[in-house]
Amino acid sequence: MINLEIPKKFKPLVSQGNQVAREVFRPISRKYDEAEHSYPKELDMLASLIDGMNDGSDMGGAGAAGVRRESNGGDEGNRNGSNLSTVLGIIELCWGDVGLLLSMPRQGLGNSAIASVATEEQLEKYGGKWAAMAITEPEAGSDSAAIRTTADLSGDEYVLNGEKIFVTSGDRADLIVVWATLDRNVGRAAIKSFIVERDNPGLKLDRLEHKLGIRASDTANFTLQNCRVPKEALLGNPEIDTKAGFGGAMQTFDNTRPLVAAMAVGVARASLEETRKRLEEAGVEIDYDKPALTQHAAAARYLEMESDYEAAHLLTLQAAWMADNSKPNSLQASMAKAKAGRTCVDVALGCVELCGSLGYSENHLLEKWARDAKILDIFEGTQQIQLLIVARQLLGKTSSELR
Amino acid sequence: MPTASEDRGVAERGMGLGLRWLGRLAGSDLLDRLRIRKGVERTLYGGTKNGFRSATVAGRTFKAAQKLTGPARQAPSKPRSLFDITPDDEQQMLQEGVRDFAEAKVRPVAKQADFDRSTPDELLGQANELGINMLGVPEELGGVMHEQAAVTSVLIGEALAHGDMGIAYAALAPGAVATAIGHWGTPEQEATYLPAFTGEDTPAAALAILEPRPLFDPLKPETTARRDGEDWVLNGAKSLLARPKECELFVVAAEAEGLGPALFVIEPGTSGLTVEEEPAMGLRPAATGRLLLDDAKLPDTALLGEGKREDYVECVQRARIAWCSLAVGAAEATLDYVKQYVNERTAFGEPISNRQGVAFAVSDIGIESEGMRLATYRAASRADQGQDFARETAMARRLCAQKGMQIGSEGVQLLGGHGFVKEHPVERWYRDLRAAGVMEGALLV
Repeated sequence: MINLEIPKKFKPLVSQGNQVAREVFRPISRKYDEAEHSYPKELDMLASLIDGMNDGSDMGGAGAAGVRRESNGGDEGNRNGSNLSTVLGIIELCWGDVGLLLSMPRQGLGNSAIASVATEEQLEKYGGKWAAMAITEPEAGSDSAAIRTTADLSGDEYVLNGEKIFVTSGDRADLIVVWATLDRNVGRAAIKSFIVERDNPGLKLDRLEHKLGIRASDTANFTLQNCRVPKEALLGNPEIDTKAGFGGAMQTFDNTRPLVAAMAVGVARASLEETRKRLEEAGVEIDYDKPALTQHAAAARYLEMESDYEAAHLLTLQAAWMADNSKPNSLQASMAKAKAGRTCVDVALGCVELCGSLGYSENHLLEKWARDAKILDIFEGTQQIQLLIVARQLLGKTSSELR
Repeated sequence: MPTASEDRGVAERGMGLGLRWLGRLAGSDLLDRLRIRKGVERTLYGGTKNGFRSATVAGRTFKAAQKLTGPARQAPSKPRSLFDITPDDEQQMLQEGVRDFAEAKVRPVAKQADFDRSTPDELLGQANELGINMLGVPEELGGVMHEQAAVTSVLIGEALAHGDMGIAYAALAPGAVATAIGHWGTPEQEATYLPAFTGEDTPAAALAILEPRPLFDPLKPETTARRDGEDWVLNGAKSLLARPKECELFVVAAEAEGLGPALFVIEPGTSGLTVEEEPAMGLRPAATGRLLLDDAKLPDTALLGEGKREDYVECVQRARIAWCSLAVGAAEATLDYVKQYVNERTAFGEPISNRQGVAFAVSDIGIESEGMRLATYRAASRADQGQDFARETAMARRLCAQKGMQIGSEGVQLLGGHGFVKEHPVERWYRDLRAAGVMEGALLV
């Protein structure tokens, strides 16, 4: 039965998320944009609160760990579970501040990776900790099959060597999920992810980046030098299965891309709502019944941006809903990420233009959202990578045919 | 499939020949001697536009079959508690049936129907047998749907337009009149007109809101309805009706004296009513035409329902959702077609789909058509559940107007010169998809 409204059972979660965004994130938004690299200590108490929300009942999580795919238990019916609730929670929090969401303890993308593929033992061992994700290297960004960090088995331990850049929350997290190859000659099938404790002596912090946006969130570069981790730190299957290809590692993305799309949806909505308010103050009303092109040019532009936002929002909900119902969703996850990423940038920048100097100056947050927006069309797979994935799926192409 | 270089040869030769032929024809005095220059020029200019007007002729007699004490209405569907994008079983059956019909019966005749500016009667009859024109008729009056059926209508519009958007318009237009009367009509109007829409011999009918002017706003029609004693007198022009010459019933929007914009039920044969041809760039199987009202005198009872403004606004919104559903179907047809083409077409020694410039265009068609589809479903689902759907309708319409047209354009682009010629359907979809942002009224969910 077709219904694309937010389910009633998630309404308390959404309103809680909105309240946190409004009362905790927004008031400190500018502060941590200016004080790059200082830890937003206000978030500690909040993180505990969100842990509580995650543990609470069947309502599903609001956090990054909510993406674990539970079996349907033989129930054929429609399910609205933790993927959907997580996406809804993230939209609200990023309406507040996406940089602060990324700084939320225990809500890293590494947590999503662990939640997606960890065994029960690993879940037990690493649950409750804050996990960052280290994939990118100086010479390997989108082409994650080309990563050069190695993992060699030595007795009961893997020894990791290499360099990792752009690790979100890398300095503050308890754990870093590091992608490394078991054999450089095998390609993607040999790439596995390993959980490295932040205080491992083989893990050396090189520096923190200064960035265009999401400045509340730390972005760290590391060197791994004979970094030893126990055998059990490998996430997923240790065998090199060339048929399964990326398997475990890439499977994470089907679950995390809707989350990043949700961040983009949240930022876009923040920009739209603020701009609408400003336009109304300036005497421009948005009318949904009057044809767009017979309204003020600013209203027509607004409607155009809002309609892109609507598409991005619904594609994001669809991808999460499919994950909840154990339907394969790589296509829809990439569609959502592509649409939300580019929409968020277009909307945030368009809103700055519509609001003029109010949009551009630091007196308001619109300029900040426009800076924050850009990363959402880049990390967790750039726009171009998403288009590649969508094209391969639609056209039935392998990655060697369509490169 | 011929190679690119062979193809270019043929295309260049063909183009050269065509231009030479045209140049000779234009410069020749043969046409003038035979006094057919005007005719040829008109043919070159406007295809089958023949511009003659005709008075509408009275059709069947509509008579109230039963007496209703109050208006029969479909109930809003029960509010749903969960997010869901799966149609229910009944909807899936209907959707599959119409989809099969569109593939087997509609698509094969679409090219000819576009050329003829006419949809075969037999095909319209078959479409009607699928029950597509009675979705808005309350059960008490012979309809099939107990609950409101906007989502079901959207699924059907999408499936039918996957076959052809112009034929879908021709086939679904009568249903819009039935839905308008079923939603907002008085008990007498329902009892008089609706039974005809539930039988086999459904009348052609048109819901006329659009007017021929730039920046037309359906909430401010320039067609007027003024009071003359107990009667109404209507003046104005309505644009792009489906098969107006065939119509046995019109529902027409006018600015009604003392009421604001409202709808009027008009039977052909009314004095002051004429129809004329209005061929357009697309939707040609629907044989589009204008309806002209020149002091058309109507009885008091011609006002649809109570002429409430909110009914009229809802009608405008429901029409926009319906056009979105057709745009979604045509966009999906484009996607399916170009997918196959770019995988088969080779250039520089491999399928052109191996190139990002081509493949990414296909991705964008996929992403935007999916966004259009979801936005349209959302608006329809809110309508069925009795929630306000003004915003969601505006969103879907903006997407379908803009992305729909982009998709139509990319569809031609991806086939290059082959997309521009009528051997492939993409040029037709290009013309049809432009309609999604232009049309008002005419269809309803």
